[in-house]
Amino acid sequence: MTTSAEVHFVRTHFNEQSPPPMRTSGIVHWLQENLFSSVLNSVVTLLILFGLYKIVPGLVDTLILNAVWVANDSKACVADIVGHPVGVCWGFVAAHWDYFVFGQYPETLRWRPELFFALEVIGLAWLLVQRIPRKDLGMIYFFIVFPIVGFCLLSGSETLGIPTVQTHYWGGFLVSIVIGTVGIVVSVPLGILLALGRRSHMPVARSSSVVMIEFIRGVPLITVLFMANVMFPLFVPEGWRPDSLLRVLVGVALFFSAYMAETVRGGLQAIPRGQYEAAQALGLGYWQMMIKIILPQALKIVIPGIVNNFIGLLKDTTLVAIVNIFDFLKVIEASLNDPVWRTSGMPFAGYLFAAIVYFILCYGMARYSMSVERRLATDNRH
Amino acid sequence: MKKIIAAAVVAAASFGLVTAASAGTLDNVKAKGQVVCGANPGTAGFGVPDQKGNWTGLDVDYCRAIAAAIFNDPTKVKFVPLSSKDRFTALASGEVDVLIRNSTWTMSRETTLGVIWAGINFYDGQGFMVNKKLNVKSAKELAGATICVQQGTTTELNLADFFRSNKLEYKVVTLGTSEEALKAFDTGRCDAYTTDRSGLAADRLSMSKPDDNVILPEIISKEPLGPLVRQGDDQWLNLVKWVHFALLTAEEDGITSKNVDEKVKSDDPELKRVLGTEGKFGESLGLSNAWVVQIVKGVGNYEEIFERNVGPNTPIQLARASNALWSKGGLQYAPPIR
Repeated sequence: MTTSAEVHFVRTHFNEQSPPPMRTSGIVHWLQENLFSSVLNSVVTLLILFGLYKIVPGLVDTLILNAVWVANDSKACVADIVGHPVGVCWGFVAAHWDYFVFGQYPETLRWRPELFFALEVIGLAWLLVQRIPRKDLGMIYFFIVFPIVGFCLLSGSETLGIPTVQTHYWGGFLVSIVIGTVGIVVSVPLGILLALGRRSHMPVARSSSVVMIEFIRGVPLITVLFMANVMFPLFVPEGWRPDSLLRVLVGVALFFSAYMAETVRGGLQAIPRGQYEAAQALGLGYWQMMIKIILPQALKIVIPGIVNNFIGLLKDTTLVAIVNIFDFLKVIEASLNDPVWRTSGMPFAGYLFAAIVYFILCYGMARYSMSVERRLATDNRH
Repeated sequence: MKKIIAAAVVAAASFGLVTAASAGTLDNVKAKGQVVCGANPGTAGFGVPDQKGNWTGLDVDYCRAIAAAIFNDPTKVKFVPLSSKDRFTALASGEVDVLIRNSTWTMSRETTLGVIWAGINFYDGQGFMVNKKLNVKSAKELAGATICVQQGTTTELNLADFFRSNKLEYKVVTLGTSEEALKAFDTGRCDAYTTDRSGLAADRLSMSKPDDNVILPEIISKEPLGPLVRQGDDQWLNLVKWVHFALLTAEEDGITSKNVDEKVKSDDPELKRVLGTEGKFGESLGLSNAWVVQIVKGVGNYEEIFERNVGPNTPIQLARASNALWSKGGLQYAPPIR
């Protein structure tokens, strides 16, 4: 006879956890929770699926499967000539690639803008990638060394023995990036100064900041560009006429500084009075207080606004086309008029390419700013 | 907008700013080492960047011809692409030395904007394009047709004039831009599409089925296009004018970029005058006496320029028509170099 002692069971190890039932986890649960949680949602989901089913295959066909990747002229992209349906004519973009990137920059000297792009990428990576050390050197490099070296590279310098390339040869992506970079590099510091000036108690600093911000914000960018390029030469003697790209760069930089100033001012206003008083109680002077206490907090708050300005700036660089600077979008448009390439389908390829490039740049900036916000999210969050 | 610009130009001119800038353009050009041309920002056949970004076109080659005449180097040019609304301001303000940007020569432009035309390098005029299916051979058969046209242009007014003077009924569809008007025609909203003939040829290429459409022979308006300069600098005006005449004379005398070296050796008195082995015609313009040789070597004669950019072997396929030499039934006529 066995005793109860012999049948007792002592568990020596835990059972492995069994997975939760299918109804509360896994793909079925996820589907139920997110796509089919109610009758209405189910209907919407089915409608969207149906829509995707209708659109996606055609899109893949147009963009990839039927697309023409290599073409010497528009004939390779006309369905009636090649005898099968033709999607996007990427061959147009491929054939014009160098022109889209460098504009009319002399072919033998294109290593210079290439080096410029490389230097810019190095500078951006140095400042933006967290793991790379010595941010202080990075700042000096990007805001002082890079602009000088970049300028000498692109436009050349007689004294250094680099052949000069006048700015009317610059074009395409190169010019868009130059305008965007100058806009960003100038508008941040200038915008901060204007914002501080506007909140200053010194009457001259305050009123001149207010006048400048309100005057520039009060007119459209197109007007600024038009004044800089068309009206300005009427009022100065011939020898005094700066380069037309330079005039546009100054116009763009001032314009976005005014917007940046208002964004930064929003951040300054969000800092509680106690922060200022605490800094003053520690005996810090105005600039120390601003640089060490106020601005780091204020700028952190307005990162979304600043990046919003950057994205707006990058896209607004396309407006320089109206003063006949051949930026990225304008070179594509100009190429569409080339009789060798002129067909009904070509604008689609050109504009789609432009849209993709601008999207990558702007979305990249937006994603990076979100990661910065997360990294700096130390307080003020309850 | 136009009025404001015109007013600004006039105001600046009255302050003496513009006239100060326009004196001695040739000396300025020589000092700068390049001719600054107001150019077209993108019209097929007249001024358009090719695959590598080099500017090509009839107007572009005229600019190169001026550079070749002055510097013996057709590449010493700077193109400032100008939109139609700021082109005259740019010329008046001295931003460009010469404007060669298919600009129509009209009386009001010459009398109010402070500019002066140096010649007509392309006789253009408004025409019609119809679908082949209509089986129409002449614009006068377009009675009752629906016609697509761009809004607010002289094109629209010419259209009305033409149909009224021929006592024909028509319906008009006006659209905001030339692209929209072309699109409407392409999708069958209209029976015919009208714009300048040089534009028609290029527009035909952007249609979904270019070969299904034909351009009708009638020209219903005068659109003389040509290079223009600022008023008040006759030396520069003469130079631009005679570069144009030199291109025509070279064609007339059979001087091409290929045979110019042989022709220089010729004993023919006309050729000797034109090619500068006799007389001082180049010097009187402030150039070297071999100026015509330089031009023809650099860009060819008028025929070569025409055939290269807009002629029957290009996608634009324009016939010489009014732009043939006077001796061949056209309107292009150059006074003699003597």
